[in-house]
Amino acid sequence: MRVTCVVNGETREADDVWPGESLLFVLRERLGLPGAKNACEQGECGSCTVYLDGQPVCACLVAAGQAQGRTVTTVEGLAPGSGEEQLDRVQRAFLATGAVQCGFCTPGLIVAVHDLLARDPAPSDPDIREALAGNLCRCTGYEKIMEAVRLAATS
Amino acid sequence: MEFLQPADWAEALAVKAAHPDALPIAGGTDVMVDLNFDRARPGALLDLTRVTDLTDWGTDGDWLRVGAGVTYRRLIDELAGRVPGLALASRTVGSPQIRNRGTVGGNLGSASPAGDAHPALLAAGALVELASVRGTRRVPVTEYFTGPKRSVRTPDELIAAFLVPARPGAEQFAKVGTRNAMVIAVCSFALSLDAATRTVGTGIGSAGPTPLRATEAEAFLAAELPWETRGAVPESVAARFGELVGSAARPIDDVRGSADYRRHALAVLARRALAWAWTDPGGAV
Repeated sequence: MRVTCVVNGETREADDVWPGESLLFVLRERLGLPGAKNACEQGECGSCTVYLDGQPVCACLVAAGQAQGRTVTTVEGLAPGSGEEQLDRVQRAFLATGAVQCGFCTPGLIVAVHDLLARDPAPSDPDIREALAGNLCRCTGYEKIMEAVRLAATS
Repeated sequence: MEFLQPADWAEALAVKAAHPDALPIAGGTDVMVDLNFDRARPGALLDLTRVTDLTDWGTDGDWLRVGAGVTYRRLIDELAGRVPGLALASRTVGSPQIRNRGTVGGNLGSASPAGDAHPALLAAGALVELASVRGTRRVPVTEYFTGPKRSVRTPDELIAAFLVPARPGAEQFAKVGTRNAMVIAVCSFALSLDAATRTVGTGIGSAGPTPLRATEAEAFLAAELPWETRGAVPESVAARFGELVGSAARPIDDVRGSADYRRHALAVLARRALAWAWTDPGGAV
């Protein structure tokens, strides 16, 4: 089947979509957007977090057809342009604080933090931990990630 | 596999009647896991996310009727005062990403003994509204679950909504898990104290083949609570209530915990929930 949706501001079409496949598969394998990562495929790790109609969701748990006509924003869509100076403030904060180790969890965390700061410009540490409870970092670099969120909130 | 996407409720019921083997999907937080891991290959997926009726809530006489497609996020944001116990349970579901998608309708559809919404629905005396082209019926949630991942829902039926009394009692929920997020309950417990009718409701999760009520514990506590004076609950009453809740469970030993541990933990959770609900009437306003 064909799935049409707006991804990062552009109308995109994916053809020959199997009805049981996930939005994550469509983004990565059909639309060439490998930012959202495929790790646990069960909503546990948050590495595939994207915005679906403005809400952060695990793309691995959205059936491709459910995204028909919807608006999707991936980590690739957060920066207004290319080049380090064009990155979103959350992306810049992760770079500045060294909150990126292997990098696999980073795209999902960036989207989750982007959403958190849009809802709460000055989150407390417990609020940050609560908001990021669905994003696992297997390098366990959580302290640097906390630092990145605090920096992004003040930049 | 077919992807069926009805635009409204009438079409959804007609599609389900024509494709009784179609697997309904809303938030996808259970269904997609099974698809991703090759554990399910249904003939068709029946996507319910276009059916706007399912995302409504409102009062219906003495009941609050909540559409099956209302997400946990919305239960917390919009309905915490009306379904206090369920809102507490909703806060323990998965993570923000999961709560943005997951629905109580999906929890009921999966009918897992560990579903976080179930104990709160049992304690509140909820009804499950099932519908098909043949008509609509409201089943007490106490009669809804028939076994692990089994319910009275027939293949042509869809879950339309759940209903709880519009005026909630003092409700509490507690859950044991290895961390505060992304855990399947080792066991969980929900309590509702209704001072107006002097009745007690309970729900036990993840400690039996289905979510369970502790009916003997309910009757005991309703008779022993100092409803008139609102004085402190005697320790012996709280302890006995906990014991009765623990003994109402029918747990097994599994990878998440032993049967003995679950019974013990439920007794502790029941005592705690009682102390919280008795001292803080919460949603009972």
